[in-house]
Amino acid sequence: MERTYSKEHNSEIELRLLIEAIYLKYSYDFRDYSGASIKRRVLHALNQFECATISALQEKVLHDPTAFMQLLQLLTIPVSEMFRDPSHFLAIRREVVPLLRTYPSIKIWIAGCSTGEEVYSMAILLREEGLLERTIIYATDINPRSLEKAKQGIFSMENVRAYTHNYQKAGGQRSFADYYTAAYGYAIFDKSLCENVTFADHSLATDSVFSETQLISCRNVLIYFNKKLQDRAFGLFHESLCHRGFLVLGSKETPDFSSFGNQFEPLVKQERIYRKS
Amino acid sequence: MSQAADLPRVEAIVIGASAGGVEALMALLGPLRQGFTLPIIVVLHLPDERRSQLAEVFARRVAMRVEEAGDKSPVEAGTLYFATPGYHLSIEQDRSFSLSLEDRVHYSRPAIDFLFESAADAYGPSLAAVVLTGANRDGAKGLAQVKRQGGLTIVQDPNEAQVATMPLAALDTHQPDHILPIHGIGRLLAELERIAC
Repeated sequence: MERTYSKEHNSEIELRLLIEAIYLKYSYDFRDYSGASIKRRVLHALNQFECATISALQEKVLHDPTAFMQLLQLLTIPVSEMFRDPSHFLAIRREVVPLLRTYPSIKIWIAGCSTGEEVYSMAILLREEGLLERTIIYATDINPRSLEKAKQGIFSMENVRAYTHNYQKAGGQRSFADYYTAAYGYAIFDKSLCENVTFADHSLATDSVFSETQLISCRNVLIYFNKKLQDRAFGLFHESLCHRGFLVLGSKETPDFSSFGNQFEPLVKQERIYRKS
Repeated sequence: MSQAADLPRVEAIVIGASAGGVEALMALLGPLRQGFTLPIIVVLHLPDERRSQLAEVFARRVAMRVEEAGDKSPVEAGTLYFATPGYHLSIEQDRSFSLSLEDRVHYSRPAIDFLFESAADAYGPSLAAVVLTGANRDGAKGLAQVKRQGGLTIVQDPNEAQVATMPLAALDTHQPDHILPIHGIGRLLAELERIAC
C-alpha cells in the first residue's frame, strides 16, 4: 500500500506535540489557545533556548522542570498596565459601583491577573469608593511567578508614570503617588491595598469554580483562547456570578459569539461591562 | 507586469502600510470595483489611539464592506478589514481573526509581520501580500514568510512611495514577485480578483 506524507508542515506537527507533552507532564493546558500567538511565542523560545527545532525544545522541557518554568514565562503574556482603557474604569465607577454598594459584602474575581496591574487598579478604585474594606478579591493566574510578582506589588517608575495618566483619566480622586513609595526607580505599592486579596493558582482551562462572586474581571485573557476554551471560561463565570452579577472584559472581548451570548446582557457595551441576565 | 496566466488563484489579500499609508491606501483601494469579492486585511500603523476611525473613514471612500477585524470573527469575502490599534492581529488556521497584546514589533502594535506570518500559515499559496510606504522595517520578515509558504509578494515601488524605508527593507529581505507603483498594484489586485471568481 502506498502511503503519503501529511501535507501539514513539520513545525505544526511539532507544535501540537509540544503542547500535548506540556499538558501530559505538567498539566498546563494550552491545547485550546489561539494557535498563531502560541506559535510565535514557541518560535521565539527556540532562540532563547538555543534549540534548532520545536522537537528539541520538547525534549528539553519534558526532562527538565526548570526549563519548563522558563518556557512558561514565554508562553504566558505578562503585558499589562494599571487602569488600561481609563474609560472602562470610569464606567465601573459610575455604573457598577452604585450597584455593588447594595451588597453587604462583595467578592470579586480577577481571572488571569498576571503581574497584578488589574488587581491594584481595582483595589484603588474600591478604596476610593469606600468599598475595599468589605470586599474580598480573588486574583488568579496560571503562572506562579506572575502571582509572586503581583503579591510584591513592585512596578517600575517608568511604567507608573503612564499609569498615573491612566488613573487620572479613569476618575482617580487623589494623587496617584499616595498609593506607592518610590525607591531606586521602582514604585512599591501600599500593602494595605492587598489585605483582602487572595492570590491563587487557577486555570480557566482545567479548574472549576471556587466561590460565588458579585463581579468578575477578566481582561485581555480570552483573546488568547479559541472559541471552545472561551466557552468554558464564560461557563465558569456564569456559574460563579451571583444573580445579576457583573462581568467586565477587555476592550475587544465579548460573550456575544459564545454559547453564553444571551446569558450576559450589556450594561455599558462600549466599555465591555456585562451583567448576568 | 507579468501576464495574467502567471498569476495564482488567491483567497485573501493582506496589506501593510505605515507613514504615508492613509493616502496610499486611499489611492489603492478607492478605485476597486463595487462588489470586489476577495477579503482584504490591512495593518496600518497609527499613533496609539484606542478608538480608531479608520473603518468609518474608508467606508465612505471604498466600494467594499469595511470593518475592524474582531477577535474570533471569520474572515469573510468582500470585506476590507482594518487591524484594531493597540492589538496585534493574526489569522488562525480556521481563517478567523485573533487579537493579542504581545510586545510591540518595530515599535508597532499591530505589527505587519504578525499579520503576514500568520496569514502565510493559514493561506499558504492562496495569499497575496503587499508592502506599501512606511518609515520602519515592519513587514519585511512577514513578506519573506509569505514567499516561503508559496504566496504572491508585492512591494510598492520605493521611488514612488511617500516614505521608501519600508519597501526598501522588504526588498532587502527577499526578491518579491512584483515591484509596482500604486496604480499597478491596483490593476494587479483587480486581476487577482478576476481570476479568483
